[in-house]
Amino acid sequence: MTGEAERSEQGGDELAPEEHAATDGGTDHPVESPLVEHARPTGGDAPETGLAGPHPEERPHPSGRRDEHGVRKEPDHGPEPTRRATVSALVEDEPGVLARAAGLFRRRQFNIESLTVGPTTVEGHSRITLVVEETEAGIEQAKKQLAKLTPVIAVGELSNDAVAAELVLLKVRGKDPDKVHAITSMYDGQTLDAGPRTITVQITGDENTIDDAIDAFDQFGIIEIARTGQTALERGDSPTTPGEEPGHSADSTDDEFTNYDD
Amino acid sequence: MSEPATPDAASPDEGDDEGRTDRADQPERTDDDAAAAREEAATRAPGSGANAVVAALEAAGVETAFGVQGGAIMPVYDALSASTVDHVTMAHEQGAVHAADAYGVVRGDPGVCMATSGPGATNLVTGIADASMDSDAMLALTGQVPSDMVGSDAFQETDTVGVTAPITKHNYFANDSDEVGQTVGEAFALANTGRPGPTLVDLPKDITFGETDRPVGEPTAPDRAVPDLEADEEQVEAAAAAIEAADRPLCLFGGGVIKGDATEQARAFAREFEIPVVTTMPGIGSFPEDDDLCLSWAGMHGTGYANMAITHTDCLIAVGTRFDDRLTGGVDTFAPEAEVVHVDIDPAEISKNVHADYPVIGDAATVLDQLDAAIGYGDAPDTESWCTQCDEWREQYPMDYAIDPDEPVKPQFVVEAFDAAMDDDTYVTTGVGQHQMWAAQYWTYREPRTFVSSHGLGTMGYGLPAAIGARVAADDDREVISFEGDGSFLMTIQELSVAVREDLDITVVVLNNEYIGMVRQWQDAFFEGNHMASQYDWMPEFDTLAEAFGAKGFRIDEYDDVESVVEEALAYDGPSVVDAHIDPEENVYPMVASGAANGQFALAEDQL
Repeated sequence: MTGEAERSEQGGDELAPEEHAATDGGTDHPVESPLVEHARPTGGDAPETGLAGPHPEERPHPSGRRDEHGVRKEPDHGPEPTRRATVSALVEDEPGVLARAAGLFRRRQFNIESLTVGPTTVEGHSRITLVVEETEAGIEQAKKQLAKLTPVIAVGELSNDAVAAELVLLKVRGKDPDKVHAITSMYDGQTLDAGPRTITVQITGDENTIDDAIDAFDQFGIIEIARTGQTALERGDSPTTPGEEPGHSADSTDDEFTNYDD
Repeated sequence: MSEPATPDAASPDEGDDEGRTDRADQPERTDDDAAAAREEAATRAPGSGANAVVAALEAAGVETAFGVQGGAIMPVYDALSASTVDHVTMAHEQGAVHAADAYGVVRGDPGVCMATSGPGATNLVTGIADASMDSDAMLALTGQVPSDMVGSDAFQETDTVGVTAPITKHNYFANDSDEVGQTVGEAFALANTGRPGPTLVDLPKDITFGETDRPVGEPTAPDRAVPDLEADEEQVEAAAAAIEAADRPLCLFGGGVIKGDATEQARAFAREFEIPVVTTMPGIGSFPEDDDLCLSWAGMHGTGYANMAITHTDCLIAVGTRFDDRLTGGVDTFAPEAEVVHVDIDPAEISKNVHADYPVIGDAATVLDQLDAAIGYGDAPDTESWCTQCDEWREQYPMDYAIDPDEPVKPQFVVEAFDAAMDDDTYVTTGVGQHQMWAAQYWTYREPRTFVSSHGLGTMGYGLPAAIGARVAADDDREVISFEGDGSFLMTIQELSVAVREDLDITVVVLNNEYIGMVRQWQDAFFEGNHMASQYDWMPEFDTLAEAFGAKGFRIDEYDDVESVVEEALAYDGPSVVDAHIDPEENVYPMVASGAANGQFALAEDQL
């Protein structure tokens, strides 16, 4: 510990060494007056205002930098790319859980594209599915912050080959029912209501399909539109959120679901 | 309502509300007595929802709650009167929440505050947000209008759960008298599980009035909220290897070291491997500031040497810190050469603000022991020349100030004079502003939990109610001092009435410059000296005001006053207020401008 001994000789507190020796002293209540200990002529080592020491520009400063996520980088580093992620959260179905999740995304400024929620087959559990457009670091943060909410049981990000779908209801002008029907059929949709003035159809599919369908129906004049946002499940034998249990009706066949918790 | 349960015989005097101002007379409860009392509270049939709430507090071992009465919380207060839980009536709910916060900081257990619905609850909001930002364990209980009136905009109705959701770890709306006690216990336990934080239970009046005989049970946090204390061994090995490979390692100890009761491990770790230490502001006290390895705290007004060390380290061992912007300055220039080892109990803090090259998720004390064991004997880096460099910075950038006996008193001098006269383990509370920075810079902290301040939220007015909470929480032989600014003190000055009523031995030192001083300093630096709304044309005489409250008032106008005032104020057994008229133009330096590089801290205004 020779290094320690050397350092201690050099003093080592925020006070100047000679002051420090006087104030510290090792006793709780020094008998000497603090004024006597501290009084010294105007100026001393300190300037009239501010502190003594080398000017900022005289100090060496490393040339390295970090990006907006605090990652060390090369100086010519460009802006971080964003990507779209579908995040699924299994939650306790209690009042306010949706508001908590939505409020979290709002206040932390995560860019959210859609949010859907609905019950699962497990009583008291719901699934929230969120689509976010964020940088890699932003997606990680969003998942971790979501997982911190007390009613959130598990959070998972869906893989690229997950099954995803959303539903749209389109109310269009009813002047050309045959054509509307034809396009509805092309998108495997259903006609829910047909009247002399309006026709309402339902289309389901992934986001691109829905976007295309809306384009196709635009020719008739879309009066109203209601779109659910994307919901999704992991494909095959993979749980959608980590540690997820299979639903009750699947319990008897759980030997096939080795990736799920029992 | 059924008859409230009587306190356990094991604690004969604690339930006696009368004469509780003299806390020193209370008999010491043994651990066995306390455990028996908690067990009894957990298993008794409470009778009512309100009694269940109180039983839950007793089962959690709560000794004191801070609060203000009001319509919707009255059933709980009524039940509290027969409880072993002591209650300190504060002047304002903001006082209650800050007192509870500071009580929790000092004790390490959640502080408890209570308020009624509507304005009572909204007056808690600032303090709950404060506790949230500083990860302080705290439980808030709020009254609420009866369940059937919720949503009707009833008298004193506020959506307390909605308002406080973003600033609590979790909050609860009690909707069943049978479950309310267990809910309060869960909220208490959750507040101090894993990363601490405030929780709240909203208590509709019909729920607390409602009958129940269901025992509240042991306070238990939800399983999911209980994190693994031990870190993944691979993470530890990788971090240890990074530390072994470093030439200029630096420990950065945050508030998590103190909250995780890891100061012993932190001190042992830094000393064993002779690694210099800087702390964050909430981390003050985690490492003794008079230790040769300690460079004091880093950040906006941290020491020059701490900021130089952060700028030049090649391996930053950050424990229990969230890399607040007041610490990092501009993230682009923060520790630009450092591989970052980040130890935290909260995975969401990893790479939130600063990318962690070596994340280690776990409890600070446990992980520091793991790291200690993982760094091979003889593999620790040789830090001798790095330590010498740090010492050179210490000499180059001394924390210093000039004294002219004919000029107004320097605030730093007042802080140092009290430090010299008080015990090493004194609790120091502060408001927010210049005085807070001087209290942080010029007091030498040696022990954890002794610097009790509003860090993340920066709440002016925190100091006095915090001193009340700290005084109630602290052992009798520990001293409590509060540094306040004139602006900060005026925000919660009404709590002086509580300190007098409860006969609390605290010393409030108002560093009075008749400015909102930090704003004035920024206006001088960045707004061409336009002192809009920062300069007071009139300030009350705080020493006289203190006397009107029933406290003892002192005044400092010049250096010759300091010694005698320090002596008399500390000798006074009760609340005293020192109105210290300081140099109004004194500024806080060093200063890292917002978003600037830590290593480019200014030593004077013309360097900003």
